[in-house]
Amino acid sequence: MTRDDDMPRATRRRFLVETAALAGAAGIGLSLTPVPASATPASMRAAIRKVVGEAPLKKGKLKIDLPPLIENGNAVPLVLTCDSPMTADDHVKAMHVFTEKNPQPNVISIQLGPRAGRASVSTRIRLADSQKVVAIAQMSDGSFWSEEIEVVVTLAACLEGV
Amino acid sequence: MTRCAALVLVTALLGPPALAAEIPLTERKSGYDFMSRETRAMQDDETANPGMLWVLDGEALWTRKDGAAAQSCADCHGDARTSMKGVAARYPAFDAVRGRPIDLEQRINICRADKQRATPFAPESKDLLALAAFVGRQSRGMPVEIADDERIKPFLQAGRDMFHQRQGQLNLSCAQCHDDNWGQKLAGAPIPQGQATGYPLYRLEWQTLGSLQRRLRNCLFGMRAISYPFGAPENVDLELYLMWRARGMPFEAPAVRP
Amino acid sequence: MARALINVPPKSKRGDVIEIKTLISHVMETGFRPDPTGKPIPRDIITDFVCKYNGEEIFRAELFPAIGANPFISFFTVATASGTLAFEWAGDNGFVATESVDITVE
Repeated sequence: MTRDDDMPRATRRRFLVETAALAGAAGIGLSLTPVPASATPASMRAAIRKVVGEAPLKKGKLKIDLPPLIENGNAVPLVLTCDSPMTADDHVKAMHVFTEKNPQPNVISIQLGPRAGRASVSTRIRLADSQKVVAIAQMSDGSFWSEEIEVVVTLAACLEGV
Repeated sequence: MTRCAALVLVTALLGPPALAAEIPLTERKSGYDFMSRETRAMQDDETANPGMLWVLDGEALWTRKDGAAAQSCADCHGDARTSMKGVAARYPAFDAVRGRPIDLEQRINICRADKQRATPFAPESKDLLALAAFVGRQSRGMPVEIADDERIKPFLQAGRDMFHQRQGQLNLSCAQCHDDNWGQKLAGAPIPQGQATGYPLYRLEWQTLGSLQRRLRNCLFGMRAISYPFGAPENVDLELYLMWRARGMPFEAPAVRP
Repeated sequence: MARALINVPPKSKRGDVIEIKTLISHVMETGFRPDPTGKPIPRDIITDFVCKYNGEEIFRAELFPAIGANPFISFFTVATASGTLAFEWAGDNGFVATESVDITVE
């Protein structure tokens, strides 16, 4: 009855979970076609550098709200908040989100101003695998702040066919 | 041996040939109870529930005149908030003309063909799902109530038999997971009871809204069994059994599920 | 048809920080999914979202394929005056959608 004969069981399960995770995240049915190259920590750093340049990233101010255990990577609720008085002299100008292992590193970039009242945005993102999510805030004084979080992505047990 | 494979092997070996015991009425839980806090919030918040996009579309379709008769749903049924209240929670229901139960999507298509004299909607089409979602929304919060009708009994039994029948390459029955092992984990995710209280629903896996029949096709695929085509009577018998099994539970359409 | 669902408090007081919730139907095809033959389905996403309050831009977002289908975006603004909130989504294949709601600020 077992179809695990051709691959060591642990490897096969990991293969199924990883392709299924990618499938779940991008809505692909389980298939054996080659999966696209995913982002790497290096490409995420490059994407961050495009936004930040050589400026130092200070830790703090940002809060990333993502469920630590995600049932389905297709629509993960994300709330990103940055602590700031949002006055004309002291406000968040932009916030950016990046991932480490999605097929490409950028998720969303938002632009704000003192009219926002609160530097907080809520959306639903796709996560292709258990991974690190990084947020960057750009302040009116030119400083950059960052925060990161690790999440685990699982899937429903019964997937749809292609 | 992985836990998943162990569970499958154990249930395959120990599953009794007799019918699995049905979940006691007081122990029934909706799939809602097995979801994360965030997914539950997505369902509850009608300003953020993606299924509401289909409800909005359905609301527009409700008043659209269509077909050779140039009639809209509203022309016969008036304000859906009143006329459709409680309707979806009673489906599948017996149709005297066809001599068997039909589900809500079939009922909508019968109205289209007979009253509007328009082409029925294709299964799982955007318009059909939108109308089902709009009608379903009018029953949100009401108890599922399948009428105690003598005529549905043979179909209900057929649905019940299918739920308990081992099938597919894994030789599993629905009951083995959803009656006997609900609440336990399979491949990292909790096994729900399979209470069909929220259809049509937005499944995160599909990234869109879909019907109970679509979900049943997924289930059978997951069990490595052959699915019935959309509209097949076997699907409706099973839907009937599932809704009867969920009787009294609050109707949740449009629900959100992982 | 791209339908959008907007939610704002219909009435607020001057100076209140109000939450604006937006939801639009869009497949947000990532460009990474293979079709049944194995070829990637071409990307088709919303790339830009802007909100203007009485004509002045108060929020802008650049979206990437990692934003989920049927994008939900919610953000805040200070209620300054009664008027109109105008929303515009734009994306691949010339996609454009607009929506507007009126708000009352006392």
